[in-house]
Amino acid sequence: MSHPFSARRVLLCATMLTAALGLGTARAAEPIKIGVIGEEAAVAGASITRAAQMAADEINAAGGVDGRKIEIFAYDDHSSAADAVRAFQRAVNQDKVNAVIVSYISEVVLAVEPWAARLHMPTITPGAASNDISKHVHDDYANYKYMFHGWLTSAFIAQAICDASHDNLVEKLHMKTAVVMSEDAAWTTPLDVRYLECLPKAGLQVLDHIRFNPDTTDFTPIFNAIEAKHPDVIITGISHVGVQPTVQWHDQQVPIPMAGQSSQATTSTFWKDTNGATEGVITASAASAGVALSPTTISFSEAYEKKFGAFPAYDGYTSYDEVHYITEAIKRAGSTDPDKLVDALEQTDYLGTVGRTQFYGKDDEFTHAMKYGKGFVTGVDIQWQNGKQVCIWPADKCQGKLTFPPFVKLPPQAATQ
Amino acid sequence: MLALQILIDGFAISALYGLAAVGFTMIFGVSGVLNLAHGGIMLVAALIGWFVASSFDTGPFLGAAVGILAGLGMAYLTYFVVVRPIQRSRILPAAEHEIFILTGTLLWGIMIQVLMNYLFTDNPVTMRPMFPGVVYLLGVRTPRNEIMIAAICWAVIGLLWLLVNRTRAGKQLLAASINPRGLTLLGFELSSIYLLVWTIYGLLAGLAGVLLASFLGVGSANAGQLTASAFSIVVLGGLGSVSGSLVAAYVVGYLETITAYLIAPTLRPIPALLLLVLVVYVRPQGLLGRR
Repeated sequence: MSHPFSARRVLLCATMLTAALGLGTARAAEPIKIGVIGEEAAVAGASITRAAQMAADEINAAGGVDGRKIEIFAYDDHSSAADAVRAFQRAVNQDKVNAVIVSYISEVVLAVEPWAARLHMPTITPGAASNDISKHVHDDYANYKYMFHGWLTSAFIAQAICDASHDNLVEKLHMKTAVVMSEDAAWTTPLDVRYLECLPKAGLQVLDHIRFNPDTTDFTPIFNAIEAKHPDVIITGISHVGVQPTVQWHDQQVPIPMAGQSSQATTSTFWKDTNGATEGVITASAASAGVALSPTTISFSEAYEKKFGAFPAYDGYTSYDEVHYITEAIKRAGSTDPDKLVDALEQTDYLGTVGRTQFYGKDDEFTHAMKYGKGFVTGVDIQWQNGKQVCIWPADKCQGKLTFPPFVKLPPQAATQ
Repeated sequence: MLALQILIDGFAISALYGLAAVGFTMIFGVSGVLNLAHGGIMLVAALIGWFVASSFDTGPFLGAAVGILAGLGMAYLTYFVVVRPIQRSRILPAAEHEIFILTGTLLWGIMIQVLMNYLFTDNPVTMRPMFPGVVYLLGVRTPRNEIMIAAICWAVIGLLWLLVNRTRAGKQLLAASINPRGLTLLGFELSSIYLLVWTIYGLLAGLAGVLLASFLGVGSANAGQLTASAFSIVVLGGLGSVSGSLVAAYVVGYLETITAYLIAPTLRPIPALLLLVLVVYVRPQGLLGRR
C-alpha cells in the first residue's frame, strides 16, 4: 500500500498552492510601499510622517496609482543616526518598501545615504540641508544616484536669505552690518560659507561669525558678544535650538533684530512654545500658511491644521510633495524597479505645495538636489507678528510689512521713514 | 562693564545652582541617598508648570505653584517607589543598599526623562517670566526676572537655614545627618525624618525646576545635565555639606560664566569639570566635606 502523501503528490499540491497564491496577489494589486523615517519628538521632525500619511490617504481616496494603494511605513529615529540606519535597513530588507523619505537632520541623512547606495533604494530627504548630500551623488553617481535631496541645500537656503535680506533689510530698512550666529552642525557649515560670501554682496557687511554648541542653554554671553559689535541684524542658522535663544533674546531685550533660518520658528506652535517671545523674528521657510506658492499650498496646510491642530513645519510641505512625486514617478516608470524609479525621479517636474520641483542633473554641481530660483523653489521669508506668521518675501507672492517689538533698535534712516 | 555683566549673570545662575544642589546634598547628608533622578524631578516640575501655565492660561505664578507641587509629587514617588523599598529590603545585603539606590534612581531618572520626552517632545520649554521687563543695574541691562530669581533662591535658602537651625524638626534633621543611630536610640522615628527631608527636597527641586524654566528654559534632553551639574557641585562642596554646596555652586557658576564670556560659550562646562577632577585628587572630601 502506497503512502497517501507521496513525494509526487506533495509536489503537486505545493505547485497548485503556489499558483493559487500567485494568482491571488495578482488580483489584489500589491500596494506601493513608502518608508518614512521622521523624528516624532522634535518639533520640526514630527511633520514628516504626518504629512506623508496625509498625501498617501489622499492618493488612496482617489483610487491609488493604477489601482495600487500607497502604504506608508513610519519609523521614528529619535534624532539618532544609528536608529535611522536601523530603521532604513528594516524598511528595505523586512518591510520591502519601494522608496524611503528620511529625516530633516543632515547628520542623520548623511548616515543613511551610503545605505541608500548599498541597498539600491530610492531615498529622498524632505528637510536636511547639507551640501554634502548632493555632493556625494555628484562625485560617485553610479553608486549614489539613489539619493535625492528634496529640500534646498544649505547653499541655496543661505542664498535665499541673502536675497530676502537684500530686498527687505537693506533696501527697506537701510541695514548695513550683520553678525552671523549659527549652531555647530553639519547643515550650517556650508550655510555659513555661503552667508559669508553672499551677505556682503547683498549689502550687509559681516562683522562677526559665531558658531555655538547646540547644547548651549544660556545664550546671554553670545548675545552680549554680538551686541558689542553693534550690528544692524543677527543672521541666524538654527534648527536644533530655537526656543531658548528666542526667549532669551526677548527676555533680555537684545536690541538687534533676528533674521535668517530658525527652523523651529517655521512651525505654527512656536508662538506658544516661546510664550510669544518670537514676536518680530524673521525666518526662511518652505512655505507659509495662507500664501499660495501653488494651488495646493493653502489646501494642504489647512487640511493639515484641521487634522493636527497646528500648521506643518517646512519639511511637512516637502514630505507631502515627495509622496506625490514618488508615486507619479512610479506611474511614469511603470515599475518600482529602483533604477527605473531613479530615472523617472530625475524627470520630476512637479508643481507641489512649495512650488515647482525639479532636480539638478548628473553634471550639475548639486546633483539630485532641488532646483532653486525664480520659477522653481525659493522658499519664503516669514516674520512672526502678533501670533501669526506673516509672509514678507518674495515680494511677488506676499506683501507683509515688517514690524519689530519696541526693544529692537533699527538703523536711524529706517526709524525716520 | 563686562566684569559687571559677569558678576550679575554669574550671581543669578549660581543662586539657581545652589538652590538645586542644596536639597540634593541634604538627602545625602540625612539618609545617605544619592538621588540620580534629580534632573528628572526638576524636569517634571518645569514641564508640568509650563503645561499648566500655557494650556490653561493661569499666569506664571499658579503655573509655577502647580509645577512645584508636581516636583514634590515626583520626589515622593521616587522615595516610595524606588528608594524606600531598597532601604527596607532584607534580600539585598545592607552594604549594597547605597549602590542599589544609585542604580535604581539612575534608571528611574531615565524613565522619567523618556516619559517626559514622549509627553512633551524634546523641545525645551520656557515659562513666561514672572517679572517681565529689564532694569539697568549700573548700566548693565538685566532682566527683572533674573534679579527676582536670585532673590527668591536666597530667600528660600535663608528660610531653609532658619528651619534647620531654629526649629525642632530641623534639629532632628541635623542630628540625623550627624548620627542617625544616636537619634533612633533617643526614640526618634527615622522614617518620619526621611519623609521630612524628601518633602524639603521635593519643594526645592520643584522650585529650582520652575525657576530654571522661566530663566533659561528646560527640555527633556537637559535632565542628565541637570543631575550631573548638581552632582558635581555637591561633590565639589563636600557630600552632605549644605554650606559647601552653596560655595561650590558659586565657584561653578562663576567659573562657567567667566569661561562663557571671556573664552568661548562652547567651552562653558569644561573648567568646572577640570576643577572637579582636581578636587577629587587633592581633597576628595570636597571643599567643606566632613566624610
